[in-house]
Amino acid sequence: MPKLPKAPPMPSALQAPPKRPGEPKTTPVDQAAEAGTSFVGWIDERTSLTGAARWLMFRKVPRGTNWFYTLGSATMFAFLSQAVTGVFLAMYYRPDASGGAYESIRHVTNEVFLGQFVRGMHKWGSSVMVILVFLHMGRTFFFGAYKYPRELNWVIGVVLLILTMTMSFTGYLLPFDQRAYWATIVGVNINGTGPLIGPYLSDFLRGGPEFGATTLSRFYSIHMLLVPGLIAALIGAHLYLVAKLGTTAPPWIKAEQSPDLREAEA
Amino acid sequence: MAERHVTHKSKYTLDRGMPGAFEGETVTRRRFMVVGGQAAGGVAAAAFLLPALGFAVGPIFKSTPHRWESVGPEDLFNEFNYVPVVLTVNPEIGEAGKTTAYVRKFNAALDTDPYDKGTLYIAISSRCAHLGCPVRWVDAAERFICPCHGGVYDLLGRRVGGPPVRPLDRFYTRVNAASEVELGPRFSVNSELRRFSPRDPGEPLDGVGQYMYPSRPGAQKL
Repeated sequence: MPKLPKAPPMPSALQAPPKRPGEPKTTPVDQAAEAGTSFVGWIDERTSLTGAARWLMFRKVPRGTNWFYTLGSATMFAFLSQAVTGVFLAMYYRPDASGGAYESIRHVTNEVFLGQFVRGMHKWGSSVMVILVFLHMGRTFFFGAYKYPRELNWVIGVVLLILTMTMSFTGYLLPFDQRAYWATIVGVNINGTGPLIGPYLSDFLRGGPEFGATTLSRFYSIHMLLVPGLIAALIGAHLYLVAKLGTTAPPWIKAEQSPDLREAEA
Repeated sequence: MAERHVTHKSKYTLDRGMPGAFEGETVTRRRFMVVGGQAAGGVAAAAFLLPALGFAVGPIFKSTPHRWESVGPEDLFNEFNYVPVVLTVNPEIGEAGKTTAYVRKFNAALDTDPYDKGTLYIAISSRCAHLGCPVRWVDAAERFICPCHGGVYDLLGRRVGGPPVRPLDRFYTRVNAASEVELGPRFSVNSELRRFSPRDPGEPLDGVGQYMYPSRPGAQKL
């Protein structure tokens, strides 16, 4: 990459003279900086969090690290966007199977200020999240980043993939229109085709032998309470292992030779 | 080798010179507190986890009472063609709790199956035996056809094409004192039209299917 030229320095006449030691800091900017520093210092003295933050953020990354390495963070931000828009959608949503659910979604979409936008973010964001999860998984697979010692992180990632699918499945019912209803009927019956445990699984999902009011509240509870908590906890574990084990170089980067070997070859 | 075994500590804390040890005491107090603390934590966690879990899976074991619903007077139905009727399977959720059944009079020439002997009306559920979409009766083709994945059934509800794994479900029927046809609980049939307690769509009932897909624990005999 071509190096950008350095910006020319300010003319010396325009530069403020540096403060002498011991001179009191009087400008509002100085005072604000001072207050910020002392606040962070107060927190850090009691928690020692800056060490942890430095450990997490200022890691060494291998040569060859490129844009593909941002897919994991992109997935996490998609999840955060889903979490935030979901919390606000829950302020208007009513899980009432006898018409209230559909009506509340119609209200959000047509009448609430920015409702269509926030609901749209949640709806399209779910597809974005699923796509990003698969791209991230593909990056990990094709770069061989799942190998020792990172197998456990791959396993956690697969669980996160399954949980993301669970979110998609349970969220699909909530608008409670024809598409949502019949897709859920079909989806629950697909679960029921598993031998031996299938019938119990589909009864568990429906909350009984027939689709009913319990089914919707059950899906809503799984969608907004159970699975998001699990996903957040597992993202924490996933990130901890990434920070602890470090990232891998892309497969096309050759391992650096040891200096002795290089000399011997020369 | 033998001498190393001799240096093994006694299992009695008193012999090991622990301060305040009682005679005959074998568990150290630290170990006792660790095990006791973990056991207490386990009991406390189980005290809220087990009821919550039972609460969530309870509906699997609940039995629902049989419903009988009048769907029209006897003259509404004939022996040769199906009449669609709407019945309620779940009264709590309005329109979403309704389903369609296709009803006709028992026809001795068609319904030769021994299990149907004595039935006055045949009521076929519109719930596809593949994954539960609503099938419709197409008069010209004399077939039930499913819009979702192309399941096709004949006049008796037996599969003739597509992915379904068993014939269409049926409902028990009876005639009440006011000469109205009433539809009762649902039952499933295998490819020989033998009756089984109701199964979900997608669950075969031929061969080992009836054992691989057991009936509901709460299913009641009619």
